[in-house]
Amino acid sequence: MYSILATRLQSRLPVPVSQANPASVHRLPSTIQAGFPSPAEDHASERVDLSKTLIKHPLATYQMMVRGASMRDAGIDDGDVVLVDRAVKASHGHVVVAVVDGDFTVKRLWKRGSNVKLQAANPTFPDIVPKDGQTIEVWGVVTYTIKSMPK
Amino acid sequence: MYALVDGNNFYVSCERVFRPSLVGRPVVVLSNNDGCAIARSNEAKALGVRMGHPWFECRQLEEQHGLVALSANFALYGDMSDRMMAVAASYAPRQEIYSIDESFLDFSGVRGDLVAQCREMRTRILDWAGIPCGVGLGPTKTLAKLANHIAKTAERKPGSYPKELAQVCHLGAMQTSELEALMAATEVGEVWGVGPRIGFQLVNAGVKTVLDLARLDPVAVRRRFSVVLEKTVRELQGTPCIELDDAPAPKQQIMCSRSFGHPITRGFDLATAVTEFTSRVAEKLRAQESAAGALVVFIRTSPFRPDDPQYSGSTTVPLIRPTADTSELVASALAGLRRIYRKGFRYAKAGVMLIEFQPRGRVQCELDLGTETGIPDEGVAATRDKSKLMAAVDSVNRRYGRGSLILASAGLEGAQRPWSMKQERRTPNYTTVWSEMPIVRA
Repeated sequence: MYSILATRLQSRLPVPVSQANPASVHRLPSTIQAGFPSPAEDHASERVDLSKTLIKHPLATYQMMVRGASMRDAGIDDGDVVLVDRAVKASHGHVVVAVVDGDFTVKRLWKRGSNVKLQAANPTFPDIVPKDGQTIEVWGVVTYTIKSMPK
Repeated sequence: MYALVDGNNFYVSCERVFRPSLVGRPVVVLSNNDGCAIARSNEAKALGVRMGHPWFECRQLEEQHGLVALSANFALYGDMSDRMMAVAASYAPRQEIYSIDESFLDFSGVRGDLVAQCREMRTRILDWAGIPCGVGLGPTKTLAKLANHIAKTAERKPGSYPKELAQVCHLGAMQTSELEALMAATEVGEVWGVGPRIGFQLVNAGVKTVLDLARLDPVAVRRRFSVVLEKTVRELQGTPCIELDDAPAPKQQIMCSRSFGHPITRGFDLATAVTEFTSRVAEKLRAQESAAGALVVFIRTSPFRPDDPQYSGSTTVPLIRPTADTSELVASALAGLRRIYRKGFRYAKAGVMLIEFQPRGRVQCELDLGTETGIPDEGVAATRDKSKLMAAVDSVNRRYGRGSLILASAGLEGAQRPWSMKQERRTPNYTTVWSEMPIVRA
């Protein structure tokens, strides 16, 4: 019944009196500011957008799921998600995603002169030192860790 | 000056970004339903795998040579393409995206050393997206494409061309003698726009190299061949004839057709497939703001199963009013399907094509004699317009993933969709689905 009325009204056709609803008053659940304009109006700005804030290079950023405990003391735990930025040039001290024997591993990059190794942040895990002729390939630099808080 | 930027073995390169263990190994990516090779790593090319090579013919290489075959993962390739294209676009004022892995850049008005800028762009695409590219520069699109071929071949086959042309090659910045030597060293079939048929005719006429073609008289070429080939010759001579197309015209027809993962016999299963395909084309139709005036439905058995009885049926269904409404299009497509469906065949493929487009909002109405008064009922016309509903459906599917809202006749995953593509070897959607992101060991 109501929808017929609405389409009739929309199409500007006459509405039969018998179909007209006398109680067509709506109460809006909001207030109308009659007095002063909002003092914040001139300072309007957008709400903080986390993905814009945390991801500086969206074209070069990827997310990865962490498995393992070797970076525990650096605050990276099993099940965390890391944001990896390939636009950042890796240097000494960066936490990086590196490719070791074809697999991704997250470690801290240690670099002094031509000496390079990957350090774990957990005493029970050894450092990864490249053997003769082996190279360490840095895939990207970890910029943030996302943790889900268990209840 | 134009540049053509092209990702090397693009699909394989995308896979290697997230599976570094594939680097250095022979890898192929297979077409829909894992039918044949559509991308090959250099190592796979060296094993003799051809483009379009049927998988059943080369699968013995899997055991003998460790060939790795993967099902195409277009969600991944689409995202990596987007990253690569966006980086390239930041280097020139105009870009034409020519295919998933190629784009033309127009450097008009850009000063400085273009080769240096293109090398920097190439490095940035490799760093950010992990995709190695070849870049060709030239005063016309045809020369840029040729330069790209030289840049890639020089890298892949040392000795084929001077090694300083590997990765980035600029045909617009060299001596005539040097350019002619390169053209003389390249077969005519490598020229953009020269297909196998024309290439064969040219070779028979003694035009064997690119240089032979570039030295022909354009007017004579038009008389003997076509205007298209005349343009190619002029472009090779350095006169731009093909414009950069950075705003492609809306398509005049949109098609979705697929081979099924398994042969289908039941009409019900064909109906779910036709509903799915129609929904896909309807979404594309709305994206370009058109409405379709008619659609074509077809079904057919497999010509590769000669022992099966063969049948193929096709019909065109005109629509009363041009529409972009999925439910109306599906209803018409299913009506068409009922007309062509015959029992007792093993169907291998179906497709839907929308045709006779009109811009939305310009609609030829029918003389509607269906109402009692003889005056078209505008109330009914208003309820017929589901464009807001369709826009809502499209935005839900964009936000929550394709297939979140579907027509019930498309069937649910699994049992109701026995025609789903065979993708036994697909890698995860690493970058487009949160739960499928790559794993990093700690």
